[in-house]
Amino acid sequence: MVHLGGAGMINVGEAIPERVFWIDRELLKKYADASGDQNPIHQDEAFAKSVGLPDVIAHGMLTMALAGKYVSDWAGGPATVKEFSARFVKPVIVPANKEVDLTISATVAEIEDGKVRLNINATSEGVKVLGMAKALVVKS
Amino acid sequence: MLNPDSVGRTFHGAKSFPVTASDIAAFSAVIGEEDLSVAPPTFSIRISLDQSQELLTDPQVGLDWSRLVHGDQKFEIFRPIVVGDTLKCSSTIENYKVVAGNEIVTVRSDLLSGDELVVSTWSTLVVRA
Repeated sequence: MVHLGGAGMINVGEAIPERVFWIDRELLKKYADASGDQNPIHQDEAFAKSVGLPDVIAHGMLTMALAGKYVSDWAGGPATVKEFSARFVKPVIVPANKEVDLTISATVAEIEDGKVRLNINATSEGVKVLGMAKALVVKS
Repeated sequence: MLNPDSVGRTFHGAKSFPVTASDIAAFSAVIGEEDLSVAPPTFSIRISLDQSQELLTDPQVGLDWSRLVHGDQKFEIFRPIVVGDTLKCSSTIENYKVVAGNEIVTVRSDLLSGDELVVSTWSTLVVRA
């Protein structure tokens, strides 16, 4: 157990409350414009299917950006994240006219030198979409 | 196929990327971030992926970007990116292997503001067979 700058006691193994983000085609377009990643598999259903995908899929980096938001909200803002990594194990599939969930939770894996290492879980429609997702944050 | 001679090489991007308030606002809006004093943790992908594409699809290097899938991503953030940063990107092909016909390439990108290293980021990219 460690006391971190007025943040209260944090314990290794502690679960951080789950949170759901909703993803639709409109968000994919917004992310494409904000990130510069205009790959048509994230916007064009016919193209996505022509390359063997079940439907339009979300950018892996959008999934990771939302997981980053989850982590930084817990830690105290976007400046708190020092390390962040994830593997894109399954795509988030985004059919037309539908919002799909990105459900994120995390546990405290390690506390060291005032920094907290989190293991992050992310699923969509019950399927794990990020693997080995971890973040190192300074909790304020 | 990737030219094996390019593995281990570092490419210093010629372009500079000035970070504007509207860049940070647009990226933050997608994830619902209201604190615009710094860029969100994954913002640098906007610069590094663009730079990696330019580097890896150079005919001398030879990666086929059209069949590319993003395998994994890692960031080390030494300080947050802020409005007014002008970032340059140096990219190194750190690892390359072919598994069952799929090409797997790991690129490290260092984002520098002048001589200051701001973010190091690693992208593993898979070109499907």
